Amino acid sequence: MEWFDSWGLTLAIFLPVAGAAAILVVPRADEATQKLVALLFTGATLAVSIGLLADFDYDRASGLQFEVNKSWIDVINSRYHIGLDGISLPLLVLSAVVTLLCVVYSWDHFPEPHNPKAFLALMLLLETGMIGTFAAQDLILFFIFFEVVLLPMYFMIGVWGGPNREYAAIKFFLFTLFGSALMLLSFLALYFKSDPHTFDIVALSQPGVLEMSKGVGSLIFAGMFLGFGIKVPMFPFHTWLPDAHTEAPTVGSVILAAVLLKLGTYGFIRVALPILPDAAEDWAPVIGTLAVIGIIYGALACLAQTDMKRLIAFSSVAHMGFVMLGIATLTDFGINAAVMGMVAHGLITGMLFFLAGSMQERYGTREIARLGGLLKSAPRLGWILGFTAMASLGLPGLAGFWGEFPAILSAYQPAAALSEVWFRVFMVVAAIGTVLAAGYLLYMYQRVAMGAVPAEWEDAHIHDVHTPEWIAWTPLLIGILVIGIFPALIFEMTDPAAQVVTKVFGG
Amino acid sequence: MTPTIDYHAFAPELVLTGTIVLVLLVDLVLEGRDRTLVSRIAALGTLGALVPVLTLGADGADRTMFGGAYEVNNFSLVLKAFFLIAAYVTILISVDYIREGDYHQGEYYFLILVAVLGMMIMTSARDLITIFVALETISIPTYMLAGWRKHDARSNEAAVKYYIFGVLSSAVMLYGMSLLFGVAQSTLITEVASAVAEFDDRAIVIVGIAFTIVGFAFKVSAVPFHFWAPDTYEGAPTPVTAFLSVASKAGGFVALMIVVYYGFFAASDTWQPLMWVLAALSMTVANVIAIQQTNVVRMLAYSSVSQAGFMLVPFAVAAESAAAAESAFQATVVYMLIYGAMNLGAFGVVMAVARRTRSGEISTFAGLFSYAPGLAVLMSVFLFSLAGVPPLAGWFAKFVVFRAVLDAGTTWAVILGVVAAVNSVIAFFYYAGVARQMWFQAPAVEDTSPIRIPGALAAGVALMTAVVLVIGVYPEFFARLGELTTR
Repeated sequence: MEWFDSWGLTLAIFLPVAGAAAILVVPRADEATQKLVALLFTGATLAVSIGLLADFDYDRASGLQFEVNKSWIDVINSRYHIGLDGISLPLLVLSAVVTLLCVVYSWDHFPEPHNPKAFLALMLLLETGMIGTFAAQDLILFFIFFEVVLLPMYFMIGVWGGPNREYAAIKFFLFTLFGSALMLLSFLALYFKSDPHTFDIVALSQPGVLEMSKGVGSLIFAGMFLGFGIKVPMFPFHTWLPDAHTEAPTVGSVILAAVLLKLGTYGFIRVALPILPDAAEDWAPVIGTLAVIGIIYGALACLAQTDMKRLIAFSSVAHMGFVMLGIATLTDFGINAAVMGMVAHGLITGMLFFLAGSMQERYGTREIARLGGLLKSAPRLGWILGFTAMASLGLPGLAGFWGEFPAILSAYQPAAALSEVWFRVFMVVAAIGTVLAAGYLLYMYQRVAMGAVPAEWEDAHIHDVHTPEWIAWTPLLIGILVIGIFPALIFEMTDPAAQVVTKVFGG
Repeated sequence: MTPTIDYHAFAPELVLTGTIVLVLLVDLVLEGRDRTLVSRIAALGTLGALVPVLTLGADGADRTMFGGAYEVNNFSLVLKAFFLIAAYVTILISVDYIREGDYHQGEYYFLILVAVLGMMIMTSARDLITIFVALETISIPTYMLAGWRKHDARSNEAAVKYYIFGVLSSAVMLYGMSLLFGVAQSTLITEVASAVAEFDDRAIVIVGIAFTIVGFAFKVSAVPFHFWAPDTYEGAPTPVTAFLSVASKAGGFVALMIVVYYGFFAASDTWQPLMWVLAALSMTVANVIAIQQTNVVRMLAYSSVSQAGFMLVPFAVAAESAAAAESAFQATVVYMLIYGAMNLGAFGVVMAVARRTRSGEISTFAGLFSYAPGLAVLMSVFLFSLAGVPPLAGWFAKFVVFRAVLDAGTTWAVILGVVAAVNSVIAFFYYAGVARQMWFQAPAVEDTSPIRIPGALAAGVALMTAVVLVIGVYPEFFARLGELTTR
């Protein structure tokens, strides 16, 4: 399998974009072929990803595998350098799974104004951006892939979104673009501060490559902090998220929640921490503070929401707060928790957005106050919603628990350079956040699913889960359960790589 | 005394001159018949002139003539090739517009080619007088082209405004040059270079440099000398606007690069702050005004002013170190090449759409995606490339500018870099405004059958699309060309 070792990853990155090109060639009227091509290419991408998963040498999960390092833009010494380690592998597989499921879910019900051709092409383009970001080991390559996801998501929200879609689309774009412009400046500053000049993430992460004062390092970190922090999104940069999520079509919300937000947190782990460890130590208390503010703020905002989708969107702010808290501890325990949190949030919140979309389709509304009695009208849908809500609030035995609990625990003992007192305060605040999470999720579930069917829906026929939904949801539900029972599946991959990231912090 | 002439070095200009003569003659013979042949000759002529540019490039040696007043080096060759290709694409997108509009076809191509000849000479001019002559050779034909829609008052206004501002800027520039001549006792750029460094009376040097640069600032439509650009761009025939905003503007930039880097470099304390202000103002002011535009050509006009600001950024940080000068020089070249492709492409699509809508209002782009998805996608490609969104070529243009800024690394440079970064976000807003109409709105025209696009226009747009996509993913080629220019 030597061929697969060297080209498998490249194949996973570019298969989707080839699929997008193939869809463009299909005539617009021939929707069956378009769907088939999309299914074929996302399926092939997933097959390759699973091949990578199977071929991955778990004894060497700390280092890069499937590495390719070829010349690209020689003039600026930027190379086509890609590779996978234990942190990027689960996220790559997550991206491939979610995209395929989104294609399946869209099968019969493309949102208005229909046009599956453009919709599927954009989805495939998104997949290339996501997988590429997780594989890139060169800052410029990383930047390009990081940005590739912007345009497809902008169009997805703007064309297929809800009533307020134009505002949401441009807001999403301007926020992210602002962050990434400053991020690019930071990347360039790293280039000029390194000796020899390089954009290589692996090389820049070696001690002694960067020569600069503490102040400059902190400033460069600030640029990346904005770029990644807006994407995560961290409080107070989160305001684009509820709008984007609420207006986006179901599939757009799912991809946004399941994968796009992780690009930000992943950026912290892959780029910011290893390259600028000193600045990371200075910034960690700030990140931690914003993370716990995000947890509490997100939870409180959830309690006040009347729209189901908006509630899930705000719950993302809270959950990403846990991930950022794990990262802020600068310990391998915290990073493990963060990656686990990313995967778990991807599965669970992706699933929640699927459910919100299906509810909207059946009831024509997401207004929590108008819904009710889902368990009576469509019991299977109701139970799945219950299961996912439990997973989201961190019930032990389901995936969400392993994202939240270790993150809180890791704050008990942060890296040596950080203030223990501060982080223990964070720990307590975050713990309160989990209680609030249980509160808003159960409150939502109670109003939506329990009780009698409201008069408005008494005669309405609420269709229970249908086949494309079963196909799209079963893998996610199984994933939530399996990871909940065997978290070691993920931790075994991430731990060696996390130890490498945190070695400099004495973790 | 007769100067020795290196005919190989002159070959591109000679081929072009031959084509110009041929165009005039053929137009005369074809009295009253189909003039398509004229456009074919003009197009072939630009491609033909490309051949000696390539052989000279393969040869690689720098050639100097006329006592140093005329130099053919890598920098001039790269830009000659750029101007010829830009002219070729301009001709491609002009053909049907000019034929269907009942314009004077023969003269049109004649004037375009003469302006290109001026640009070719500009790339090699190393003497104040040669620079001035080249600049006027570019300007005078374009004054006339701007007024090519004779019976349209807007077109007349465009031409008159452009002419008056052009003449004014030439006068200012000439005054500056005359002072520099007094200082250097020579019009050769190399002589000027040593004189501005050593001359004791700084006031004269400063005034001379400032006036010369201000003259060029008019030509490249930098804020606050940009007032002519929006009206001229809107009133002129659209292919002429494309030509003005790409080739003619690049001509001004080439002149600016020659005088600043080859001439005034040692007196950086004079021109660097001036450039800083011009760059910051051009980017910011033009962006803010562009947001409010409702006409796509006016929007692109202000966008091109703002893009000129980005091209001026490297100048403002160039003198910090030898390395900074090199990457600044390359940045402007690479930016120019990429900007040319994006802008010509955008204008090409605007023309294709206007065939249906007969209007330049942004609102007429509404719903384009639903009835002409191909054009909508192409327009989006060019607009987002102008905004600098990867993986379209525009990102690399912005990238090299940021690289130059951080290579200089001073506080002022970094501040300008942040100004540029913020502006690239603001710019996105108005580019996305057009995309919003095309993708998110219902069609504004009644006839929503697919738009038929003439072959030549399609070819021109396709060529530019290929450049924008390929360079976006593999910028090495343009980066390498940029690197060549400093060797």
